[in-house]
Amino acid sequence: GDGGPSTLTSWSSIPEPNYDDDYKNKTKMNLFTAINSAMQTALETDPSTIVFGEDVGFGGVFRCSTGLRDQFGQDRVFNTPLSETGIAGFAIGYAAQGGTAVAEIQFADYIFPALDQIMNEMAKFRYRSGNQWHCGGVTVRTPCGAVGHGGHYHSQSPEAYLAHTPGLVVVIPRGPRTAKGLLLSSIRSKDPVIFMEPKALYRAAVEDVPDDDYMIPLGKAEIMCSGTDCTVVGWGGQLRVLEKACDMALAEHGISCELIDLRTILPWDVDCVLGSVAKTGKLVVSHEAPITCGFGAEVVATVQEHSFLSLEAPIQRVCGYDTPFPLVFEKYYIPDELKNLDAIKRIVDYAK
Amino acid sequence: MFAATALARTAARRAATATPMRLGALRAMSSETATFDLTGSFEMYNIDTAPDNSIEMSKEELMKHFELMYTMRRMEITCDNEYKAKNIRGFCHLYDGQEAVATGINAAFDPADDWITSYRCHCIALLRGGTVKEIVGELFGLTCGMSQAKGGSMHFYNKAGHFWGGAGIVGAQVPLGTGLAFANKYNAKPGEPMNVAIACYGDGAANQGQIWESANMASLWKLPMIFCIENNQYGMGTSIDRHSSHSDYYKMGNHIPGIRIDGMNVLAVKKGMEFVREFTSTGNGPMYVEMMTYRYHGHSMSDPGTTYRNREEIAFTRSTRDPLEFVKKTMIDAGFATAEEIKNIEKRIRKEVQKEVLAAKEYPKPSLDSLFTHVYAADVETKGNQEYPDHIRMPDFAKSFWKSA
Repeated sequence: GDGGPSTLTSWSSIPEPNYDDDYKNKTKMNLFTAINSAMQTALETDPSTIVFGEDVGFGGVFRCSTGLRDQFGQDRVFNTPLSETGIAGFAIGYAAQGGTAVAEIQFADYIFPALDQIMNEMAKFRYRSGNQWHCGGVTVRTPCGAVGHGGHYHSQSPEAYLAHTPGLVVVIPRGPRTAKGLLLSSIRSKDPVIFMEPKALYRAAVEDVPDDDYMIPLGKAEIMCSGTDCTVVGWGGQLRVLEKACDMALAEHGISCELIDLRTILPWDVDCVLGSVAKTGKLVVSHEAPITCGFGAEVVATVQEHSFLSLEAPIQRVCGYDTPFPLVFEKYYIPDELKNLDAIKRIVDYAK
Repeated sequence: MFAATALARTAARRAATATPMRLGALRAMSSETATFDLTGSFEMYNIDTAPDNSIEMSKEELMKHFELMYTMRRMEITCDNEYKAKNIRGFCHLYDGQEAVATGINAAFDPADDWITSYRCHCIALLRGGTVKEIVGELFGLTCGMSQAKGGSMHFYNKAGHFWGGAGIVGAQVPLGTGLAFANKYNAKPGEPMNVAIACYGDGAANQGQIWESANMASLWKLPMIFCIENNQYGMGTSIDRHSSHSDYYKMGNHIPGIRIDGMNVLAVKKGMEFVREFTSTGNGPMYVEMMTYRYHGHSMSDPGTTYRNREEIAFTRSTRDPLEFVKKTMIDAGFATAEEIKNIEKRIRKEVQKEVLAAKEYPKPSLDSLFTHVYAADVETKGNQEYPDHIRMPDFAKSFWKSA
């Protein structure tokens, strides 16, 4: 609404794709194939597109760039040395000259050396130049999240650090179908996007994905299933966990949950969540990253500010603990479906 | 370098016979010590002096190096087998092929010198106060592990051994190492030689900007710092030609003196590192060291290591430059041991390594309390809004966690 808290990019006006009517030709794809398809489309439709990062040439450590070098040539799909700061800075420069740069940071855990470039240069590029230039052509793709054996440095989810940076757009798909559409929007966005890919889903998630070129709006959340008793909010790989929790809540306790995938973390679709909480009066937010100062805190603070009187119970955050991501204790650490079910039940009982 | 080895063998054999022959610097001093030729093992950069072209070594010492290196080799091969048996999971980066580098550096070093390295750290952990049981135990995720199973393969640390790990982020160990060197200089008594610090990293890491930043500081403040590039020709799956515009890594310090050493020859590594240590610990500032070496395994256990290099190359290196075979031949030619004696030593070490592995497997998994320990110093652990729950419910309720009283 007018003067409301939500801030949407121009890419929010892209219509949601109608998968059944408009995209009849679909292929079963997993996450890395869907991402590959999006990059292929981007390379085909925009001749200034380049794809680069560590090991992307042979296809990448997760196979997302398979076949691209053969198809589009070494000038457009190439390896960089092991230099994250260099990769990020170089992407900004190329984009500032009008090009489309799809940079890969091999694991989100390695993004930290690049944060100076991302936060101080990329995010402020348009603002500081008084709109003379921008680096919207940058998309930084990076695998994130727990994978079962990643330990301290191959499991992190750094969305909270990135979301704390005005000027960036932070996007995270929950599966192959959302990945292809969101990645194409991200690549074509006039703002720099950090595109986080839940690595545990690269092979595990399989969906029917349209063969054609399609885009999903940025800055808009998606209500995955409607409900009346409790709003549950998540993003990325966590949605699989939350779907299980919501199914259990319904089957075992008759609790009807409304499950929301934020899809874009920054800027996030405040109106969608507020609208849902107005209906249910209860909210659970869940993410893998540590609870203190995780992005869930932002959601909770905003919701209580604007929907205080709609709330019937304290908002619950079900997140990782405040420790470095552990190695052998991973399955205790992560916010699994049981912990989320407990939280849903707790606030439904509270509100009775 | 290969010609020099052959020369050493021939000369040592001749010297061991009754008729003394004058062959340059080569002579057997007694049956327990020999001198070995190192011509061609070193290339120098921006420095007028160089290590001697020969090294004297006793039978005891060379035997010790062999036993250490063979233990390392068996340990790494055991890790490979255990990984395939799924007893080790996650990341595992093996060091076989590079044993001479770590052994030679340690032989030249003082136990109080500080050492920090990359994720390919099992063998250095062994040298610096570790046991096979502690290392394998950590990989198994059991309480006998060196880091109490908190870190796994990439995160071995040993305070008493001045071993600072073990790093997961490529290149991050180098600024840290520079800080260690600074502390050594700061804490040294005036006029006394300083303990040095060495940061080992790979050719792939060598282009990280933070390394240049550290080198500048080390040079500016004349720190007792050694930048050691273990050049095994590949950064993960990318050869040096394809990731480095300039691959004379020992020259990468610009004005900082450098040395390139044949990293497959433990004698050369020791001699070279003695020289480097002498230089850096006496206030001359840092040095760059490039070890020419090779790894037989791929980058990690999930990399077969044959998609970016061919099997002939691996086999050729194994048959002509293997660091263990070199030491064996050297010992036999110098009359230090017979092939039979060496075989018995190998058998003994194989058994010892197996024993350590079995001993490690007896230990339990760590208790869940350790998930929450040591995030901060003890008296800060429960401040603020940090969440350390008393109870975590698991799908199998019997496996749930309740905080110990």
